[in-house]
Amino acid sequence: MSTTKKSTVSEFFGKIFRKQIFIPLAALLLLAVFNLITDPGFFEIKLDVNSAGNPVLSGYLVTILDYGSELAILAIGMTLVTAATGGQDISVGAAIAISGSVVLRVLCGTNSRPETLQAPIIVAFLVSCLVAMLFGAFNGILVAGFKIQPMVATLILYTAGRSIAAWINNNELPIVSEPSFGYFGGFIPGIPVPTPFFIALACMIVMALVLRFTTLGLYTQAVGINEHSARLNGLNPAFIKFLTFVILGLCVAVTGLIKVSRLSSINYSVIAKDIEMDAILAVALGGNALSGGKFNMGASILGAYVIQFLTTTLYKFKVQSDALSAYKAVVVIALVVFSAPVVRERISAFWKKLKSRKKEVA
Amino acid sequence: MAKSGKTAGGSHAKKSLSDTTLLLVITIVVFFAMYIGAMVFQGKGFLKPQTFFNILNANAALIIAACGMTLVMITGGIDISVGGVAALVSMCCAVYLDYHNGNPAVACLIAIAIGLGFGLVQGFLVAYLDIQPFIVSLAGMFFARGMTTIVHTNPFNVENEAFVALKDTRITVPGMGSVNKIGKYVDAYVEIGVIVALLAVIILFCFLRWTRKGRNFYAVGGNKQSALMLGINVKRTKFLAHLLCGLLAGIGGFVYFLHVGSGSASHASGLEMNAIAASIIGGTLLTGGVGNVIGTFFGVLSLSTIQNIVSSAGLDQAWWTGITVAAMLCLFLIIQSVIMARKKRSS
Amino acid sequence: MKDKSVLEMRNICKSFPGVRALQGVDFTLQEGEIHALMGENGAGKSTLIKVLTGVYEKDEGEIFLKGLDKAAVIRSPQDAQRLGISTVYQEITLCPNLSVAENMYIGRGKGIRQDWKKINAAADKILQSLGIPAKANQQLSSCSIAIQQMVAIARAVDMDCKVLILDEPTSSLDDQEVQKLFGLMRDLKAKGVGIIFVTHFLDQVYEVCDKITVLRDGKLVGEYAIQELPRLKLVAKMLGKELDDMSEIRDESLVYHEADGEKPVFEAEGLQSNAGIKPFNFYIKKGEVNGFTGLLGSGRSECVRAIFGADRVIAGKMKKNGKPIKISKPLDAMKQGIAYLPEDRKRDGIVGDLSVRDNLILAAQVLRGFFRPFTKAQANKFADEYIKLLEIKTASADTPIKSLSGGNQQKVILGRWLLTHPEYLILDEPTRGIDVGTKIEIQKLVLKLASEGMSVTFISSETDEMLRTCSRLIVMRDRRMVGELSGNELSQSMIMSTIAGGDTE
Repeated sequence: MSTTKKSTVSEFFGKIFRKQIFIPLAALLLLAVFNLITDPGFFEIKLDVNSAGNPVLSGYLVTILDYGSELAILAIGMTLVTAATGGQDISVGAAIAISGSVVLRVLCGTNSRPETLQAPIIVAFLVSCLVAMLFGAFNGILVAGFKIQPMVATLILYTAGRSIAAWINNNELPIVSEPSFGYFGGFIPGIPVPTPFFIALACMIVMALVLRFTTLGLYTQAVGINEHSARLNGLNPAFIKFLTFVILGLCVAVTGLIKVSRLSSINYSVIAKDIEMDAILAVALGGNALSGGKFNMGASILGAYVIQFLTTTLYKFKVQSDALSAYKAVVVIALVVFSAPVVRERISAFWKKLKSRKKEVA
Repeated sequence: MAKSGKTAGGSHAKKSLSDTTLLLVITIVVFFAMYIGAMVFQGKGFLKPQTFFNILNANAALIIAACGMTLVMITGGIDISVGGVAALVSMCCAVYLDYHNGNPAVACLIAIAIGLGFGLVQGFLVAYLDIQPFIVSLAGMFFARGMTTIVHTNPFNVENEAFVALKDTRITVPGMGSVNKIGKYVDAYVEIGVIVALLAVIILFCFLRWTRKGRNFYAVGGNKQSALMLGINVKRTKFLAHLLCGLLAGIGGFVYFLHVGSGSASHASGLEMNAIAASIIGGTLLTGGVGNVIGTFFGVLSLSTIQNIVSSAGLDQAWWTGITVAAMLCLFLIIQSVIMARKKRSS
Repeated sequence: MKDKSVLEMRNICKSFPGVRALQGVDFTLQEGEIHALMGENGAGKSTLIKVLTGVYEKDEGEIFLKGLDKAAVIRSPQDAQRLGISTVYQEITLCPNLSVAENMYIGRGKGIRQDWKKINAAADKILQSLGIPAKANQQLSSCSIAIQQMVAIARAVDMDCKVLILDEPTSSLDDQEVQKLFGLMRDLKAKGVGIIFVTHFLDQVYEVCDKITVLRDGKLVGEYAIQELPRLKLVAKMLGKELDDMSEIRDESLVYHEADGEKPVFEAEGLQSNAGIKPFNFYIKKGEVNGFTGLLGSGRSECVRAIFGADRVIAGKMKKNGKPIKISKPLDAMKQGIAYLPEDRKRDGIVGDLSVRDNLILAAQVLRGFFRPFTKAQANKFADEYIKLLEIKTASADTPIKSLSGGNQQKVILGRWLLTHPEYLILDEPTRGIDVGTKIEIQKLVLKLASEGMSVTFISSETDEMLRTCSRLIVMRDRRMVGELSGNELSQSMIMSTIAGGDTE
């Protein structure tokens, strides 16, 4: 009686364990429990009134929701690129600087401190989308057309990006005084939840619709798993890879808008610094293989929020922003080591040995 | 029929042979052309030999790090942690020298130890656990940068006397001096780092060219499967390449530190990029198996010359450096890719 | 006699999960002998060689080498090399970016420094003594493929090998280069080296070999002196048919009777691709089942790959139902109603990590277009339908295809193409590596489809399968179309004599 119960329980856990979403969920749980033990105040949410007199929510969880949303948007694009190419785009931070710079340039025109906006925000955003997609296309051509490894190809933009961003605005620091521009990275009057969350939600819905009403998901996975076979089934692997980079470009533009909206300005060398690491980490933490193939978009998005959870937790412990990357690097290494086939084989062999020994004892 | 097949094979072979040397020749020619061009059009500064030596002084660390990068790239890998390691090394040395009143020789050992540590871990992960070198070294880079901040947050200048003396040591280059504005003859000089860099280039050149282990690097990069069949320990060779690259990043970091004399978390930013660019411009193939450190040396010189030209042409803003390096890297990557594609098609 | 043998393999057995690759195979190699190892796909040639070179460990049996009292222990390629067994593989296993001398000496010897001058001199000496026209300091990639093969042989010779294995070394050489290689082989033979020669070119076997050992289905068929075994008999031994019962009648119940007088569904004229086949003409009628036959490497796959646009077509015209069409990529062919089940299931067929359902709908989905995905219900319906129709054994439609058995994977790929409702279906080795039951199911299905009006091209290594299904056979030899058999000509003996070519006696 008891043994059958035991086996169903273990079966249940086995099932959950095998689900991909288990990895980010477990990480989330771990972090949450850790915070609960050290300081339950971490989970407090207060309703404050901000300087503009609007009601806003505040607290660590709200911060996570706020900043995690930027990451979630990026993770969407990064997941697709990873799935199709088996590599990652490390230029997203630099590309965010570019698209943010474009937004400000269009809004401010030639004057870096304009009294009024020189163009509607929507126009600025659309132009930045176009530019970011162009840079995505640049990466895509290098990867798909010239067959350069994704990480090396995107290294080019990684280096040049911030310089290009500075060049777009003549190295000046334009400041937008229009308060409505701040809504995207802050709060819309009357709504106490940070806007980036709604933007991310919109992106997720759009992505869900795209995955539902086009064959993008099937194609990227097929190309990522077996390029030869994909070609013989009539797909054009180069184009699919190219497409994923362009889509990532779009995600970059959205994130760029949020980023510049937060400051109503830009700091070329600091904006979205090290964000590429977080985006890659989100994909990995979502249980997606960094070598491409099958992906789970939901897990990646959850992974993004978990990363932000980690970041916020570290901040709470007074870790400096520049030092964060050291901790995250350790997480990345731990993740890739445990997902490496060589290590997995060893572990499963060890597991088997242990089991057989147990049996012998019994 | 048979004959035509053969000649086709022969001509292709000739091309592929010249392709590899061609890349090196292009680099050397590009360098001299740029330098002479600069002498003619920008005059003054470039005519002085000291300008050239200053390029060397400023880039000694890059030469060393780029040599390490070349080693790894020959085996078909990559290491983007070299900049981070250099920053960590300079910060650790700076803290040790100033806060613990240490001596420069021990600082140098610390630098080497840090470099070896990174090389050891990354090499193990890449060679024995078969994880993509890019991911491993990306994490290595972020780890090193983060650790730098953890070791010490704010940048500061080192005032340790023994160190400052070492830093200011100038080695006169006889017969290369020039007359300055007030009509006084000034000797041309190089810093200690340049000597270290040149030594590294020579030693590594010999290593790659004449030793058994060195040739194994090429075999592994050329065709991993074949190398295995030929009885080479592929894993150990890859491990060695990453270890050496880490070591050279450590030494490069110390030379960088010696040049700037301060510790800062933002030091050596973009060093990895420059090192990769220099290797690729110097004729090292991203796919592995081809390249040598002489090419890399000229790659560094080309890169820094173009940066000098850009800055002395009045485009002084910092962003131009990044853009030029990236543009050059992009150009050479595309050239390589086209050459590889042509090779593949003809075989 | 016995003391002249350099190598004796006794009762070698090797199994892989689900397959008995070698069952009690004996093999003997004499000093100064060129010994051909023959057999079709899956006969166990390459397994035997891999056992000998230490890539695989044998399950049973013993290997004796000259000069060794005990049975030899070979656990790795390095072990084999040390014992004097050297192998030259079909794909060159040298490093093209190194010099000739380096390729000969790398991975051997001890010490840090290598005296390259001395080594270059030594290499030059060997190259000269073997008459190989290459210089020691030349970069390997600047040599032709033939010379590269010879350098690999020179490396083996310098390592004092007693047994030299040449695993299809001639497949990428032209006639002149082959002659050079043969010259070198004869020289080595004179020096007392025992050579095992694996090839699928029959002419070459008769030109250079002394003995032939034939394997089939992992078992030894026999060892023969070259004079004892004329071509036709050799082909018969390889394919497993005795000459006497070759006049066997086809199973009438399965055969489809060709519809005459109809226009071809698909035609090709002077078609040539970059995969090295000679230009060929081809047609297929509605409801017809035809096939390409020929030994492994004869170019039968390359022909159909050219038709499907899988290889780059460099010359020739194609027509569909009389109208000229252009096929430059697989999608073009698919749009014309052509489907292609590739030869290498693992590399070109399955998308391993995807589910059975996704693998089934992939081609149909691509044809349907990017913006019109099948709904979940539709996909499920298709999956259920084809899993049932083809009797695919899978836990569910969600199971990743890579965890299915080979036969069931093949059925999924077949289902994938049937789902596109093609007019013309190309099956390249659909029965390779799958169990007998499934093989027959697939053949029956082919005939059923043809009777419903589909045109099918069927390629198989097993001629009796082709005889049972095809009404017309195109025979390939050395990447050239050498004959076409139909009607009464369709018999094992005719196929074999056409494949063998030359003197059929």
